[in-house]
Amino acid sequence: MALLEVRDLNVFFQTNLGPVFAVRGIGFDLDRGETLAIIGESGSGKSQAVFAIMGLLDANGWCQGEVRFDGANILNAPSKILNPIRANRMAIIFQDPTTSLNPYMRISEQMAEVLTLHKGFSKREALARSIAMLDAVKIPDAKSCLNRYPHEVSGGMRQRIMIAMALLCHPDILIADEPTTALDVTIQAQIMTLLRELQHDFGMGVILITHDMGVVAGAAERMIVMYGGQVMEEGPTDAIFKDATHPYTRALLASIPRTDQPKEDLRSIPGDPPDMMWAEEGCPFAPRCDFATTGCRRSAIALKPFAPNRLRACNRPIAEVQ
Amino acid sequence: MASLAQALVETGEKGHSPWSDARVRFCKNRQGLVGLALMGFVLAFAIFGSFAAHWPIDKIDFQVMGDVAREGGPSLTNGHFFGTDELGRDLFARTILGIRISLAVGLVGTLIAVIVGTVYGAASGYAGGRVDNIMMRAVDILLSIPSMFVLILLLVMFGHSIILLFIGIGLLSWLDMSRIVRGQTLSLKQREYIEAARASGVPAQTIIRRHIVPNLLSIVIVYATLLVPGMILAESFISFLGLGVQEPLTSLGALISQGAATMNYGTLWQLLFPLFFFIVTLFAFFFLGDGLRDALDPKDR
Repeated sequence: MALLEVRDLNVFFQTNLGPVFAVRGIGFDLDRGETLAIIGESGSGKSQAVFAIMGLLDANGWCQGEVRFDGANILNAPSKILNPIRANRMAIIFQDPTTSLNPYMRISEQMAEVLTLHKGFSKREALARSIAMLDAVKIPDAKSCLNRYPHEVSGGMRQRIMIAMALLCHPDILIADEPTTALDVTIQAQIMTLLRELQHDFGMGVILITHDMGVVAGAAERMIVMYGGQVMEEGPTDAIFKDATHPYTRALLASIPRTDQPKEDLRSIPGDPPDMMWAEEGCPFAPRCDFATTGCRRSAIALKPFAPNRLRACNRPIAEVQ
Repeated sequence: MASLAQALVETGEKGHSPWSDARVRFCKNRQGLVGLALMGFVLAFAIFGSFAAHWPIDKIDFQVMGDVAREGGPSLTNGHFFGTDELGRDLFARTILGIRISLAVGLVGTLIAVIVGTVYGAASGYAGGRVDNIMMRAVDILLSIPSMFVLILLLVMFGHSIILLFIGIGLLSWLDMSRIVRGQTLSLKQREYIEAARASGVPAQTIIRRHIVPNLLSIVIVYATLLVPGMILAESFISFLGLGVQEPLTSLGALISQGAATMNYGTLWQLLFPLFFFIVTLFAFFFLGDGLRDALDPKDR
């Protein structure tokens, strides 16, 4: 039994225009030491899936399915059950480090809050652990950094502080929700390397949420490709990069700009992301898919295994798509 | 957290909080400083002025009583620096008392508004959904009742007591404050540090206390400084109608009312002295509020 088991997770939102189906039937297992990447464009439901797992959905959202953490179902659990797990055993890093820290609190106070809450540390112990953790995320002069207010440190530093805060209680699972999106490219690489090292040191399971194929390569063993709230393809990262079997994954891979090949125009996927209100049966990618038939638009797609460890949700045969 | 901050002081370098930045900006704001100086002047006069007074507030000077218009004017020789009122009581002492009571009404009423309004608004905004709806509709209903009318009714029914005036003004004034705070809380709730605190398992009350209220404080302070003159005006209006503070106590509004009633009989000082302090106090608070807004919310300029 894996540490975190997600089965058939569905997330909906009630809006003024009607219900929105944000996530439809995603599922995965994650154990300590493993890395799972969830990739998809904005609005594909990848963030809402993990928010649902941690019970952080907005008031107008609700979810169905099964999320087992350490054997117990925690989906829709009351905060009395979730609060001791949050940060303590399952931590999350958010996308935008510029707004992730309270501007009116010293960094030391914000870091200490988690430790006094979950571990019952004294102020001094919390401070010592915070300094150790800031050292671990390679912040130079951790002591003086603790004294500062968030507006006094740079964006890259703040993301490191956020990572340090997430790791303070040595969680079993770390969810990184687009940890590098708001950072520039040189810092991105540093943060990704750092995350890998820390995962190795602490033996955490990591869920990496991103829209950037370049971030996934070499960072995750397994990946899930999402589109329109559904899983399109799932399997080992290397295998998917080598021969993707879903038209959407192939289109995503083809749209990565490359410098090692002759110059050509940037490739994009024609069409627009799906309207999530559109709850009809059929493949969500069909309107933009080169291989779609009328059958694709009508009949639902199902995620089926086709090789060891690999699954795809497409009605067209693999040979034809490739 | 104070001890933690203490422990950190040893390490030397100290960060600049947004508050200390705001203080620096405020100190560069001439208008705000003028407001602060005016308020200091009024406060100093209200607190220490009574040491200079030669007459108690309710002692009638029988030498001027018969002929106030000629004998009761401001004079240094008989100790009536601001003259006397039409009964021959010392206006200097009575003005000081009036300032004290008016300021007390303004400050206590504002304090009630700030505490009740902030707690109510933050709780409503953070809870969201149905709870928020019910709490805000209750505010709407209370707001739709003409507050001055209710206040006058209260004073007429339960007698003209100053305590009732405090409570009445305070209880009616938190409504706007709670709406402002609730709106601000709704936008704060979307910030990622609130989400991060939720994701760290911090309980709701702690989030409101440690993360939401400090971030609301700047807007609450600005609104509160602008609320104080509003309260003073409301109290003056009530006192002008003769329903507020009762004799021998007085307030600026009551003094102005009395002075205005006799201004045709050659005793203009009875109107001008209280009016001067009334206007200076209001200006001080308005200037201070504007200065604080510029200092605390630099983006808004």
